[in-house]
Amino acid sequence: MRHIQVEPPAFFHRGPSPLTRLAFFVLISLSMLFLDTRYRYLENIRHVVAVALYPLQRAAQVPSEAMAFVGGYFATQRALSEENAALKRQLVEQGAMAQGAVSTSNENARLKALLDMRPRYHGAATVVEVLYTGRDPFAQKVFVNKGADAGLSPGDAVIDAQGVVGQVTRVLPFMAEVTLVTDKDHAVPVKVERSGVRSVLFGAGAGRLPELRFLSPNADIQQGDILVTSGIDGTYPPGLAVARVASLERETGQMFARITTQPLAGVDRSEYLLVLGHASATPARPDEPADADAAKKTGKGRRRGG
Amino acid sequence: MALPYLMPLSPASPEEILLPARPWFIVLTLVLALFANLLPLSGVALSLRPDFLALVLLYWCIQEPRFVGVGIAWCVGLVMDVGDGTVFGQHALAYAFLAYAAEYFRRRVLRFPPWQQAAQVAVLLLLCAALVLLIQFVGGANMPRWSYAVPPLVGALLWPLVSVVLQWPQRPPRSPAER
Repeated sequence: MRHIQVEPPAFFHRGPSPLTRLAFFVLISLSMLFLDTRYRYLENIRHVVAVALYPLQRAAQVPSEAMAFVGGYFATQRALSEENAALKRQLVEQGAMAQGAVSTSNENARLKALLDMRPRYHGAATVVEVLYTGRDPFAQKVFVNKGADAGLSPGDAVIDAQGVVGQVTRVLPFMAEVTLVTDKDHAVPVKVERSGVRSVLFGAGAGRLPELRFLSPNADIQQGDILVTSGIDGTYPPGLAVARVASLERETGQMFARITTQPLAGVDRSEYLLVLGHASATPARPDEPADADAAKKTGKGRRRGG
Repeated sequence: MALPYLMPLSPASPEEILLPARPWFIVLTLVLALFANLLPLSGVALSLRPDFLALVLLYWCIQEPRFVGVGIAWCVGLVMDVGDGTVFGQHALAYAFLAYAAEYFRRRVLRFPPWQQAAQVAVLLLLCAALVLLIQFVGGANMPRWSYAVPPLVGALLWPLVSVVLQWPQRPPRSPAER
């Protein structure tokens, strides 16, 4: 016995079925995910959409800005005068250091000239304002109010008054995306200020403190040590404060010490940040000689042979 | 009959026939939802904030599947990806899936009173969040904290409110006999 195929006539034809459409768009999405994470091919599309979205994004800032304005209008005289006094005190304290810094940097310049070293890079610095923190719970990012229009470029270091906040990872026409040092697997080359031990600070994601990996249990590091950028990668200029060592576990059974750190900068609080122009002080990588491959191969062969 | 005067404040019953929605109203609500998603929030407000765009999309996919379907949801998701700075395709995939699920369940969801609709919406939104989580896992993310499940639940609690607001222009004018 055969079933009679019952198919309703297509009175109201509405194109392909929802399942077909879903399959189509899932395929496109998956290929876009792949292209974006692996090759970053889609930045142009992102820029176009970002420009179209910009007015709406600015409009979304208006309510909070209005509230801040109203709040500022009703700030008490006393709070303002207290803040003023605190700022003056801070200025005097830093004045002493700044005066010392002039003579130190002069001396440093002379010494470096003697040693024929390249001067430390003093690039352009741009003050930016945080528009909003990223809403993606999986990433630690903030968005700032200047982008390609102010000459920012990916890889620029971002700091606040206390220390390193992160680096610019994506530049849109009027905005830029800053990945914070607390973002998962975000790496900052650092050294311990006290002892000079070099290491790399890795972010651990939302709600967890960044950690120093791959330091042996007997490394010269203590709780409370300040970590500063070592400047080895050429992304972060050397000598910026990054974090303080918060906890230290040295287990003899483990290969490495477990070291967690507390970022010094107001990574999730600061409203105004400073973007440091890309440190071009590192000399360009020397060209490989034309017959480098051949030399390497013969070199290897010789070593193996010997 | 004192109740009819309160009618616009409560969601339409399953038996009530709504007028067709105007396309400009659908577009306007989608833009407003995008605006709500772009509001700069932080702290507790950010961890409670539901995905308004997903809610509004879900409503229109259930009520007006001829206007808003998988394709529109996917495009809107792309815009959201740019707004949030996430990987291209993450929201798009989640919203397309949401639209498909809405189209699949729409006839059933509409038969229920608002709070039971909200329970079903909670399941859809949680599935959508789970899909995003899956994409992030493939990218090597950590397991988020339990608070990751809060925004979809808040969204489901807002569902009756969203339905009332979005179906308000579609309520037919009451006939004089009803008054």
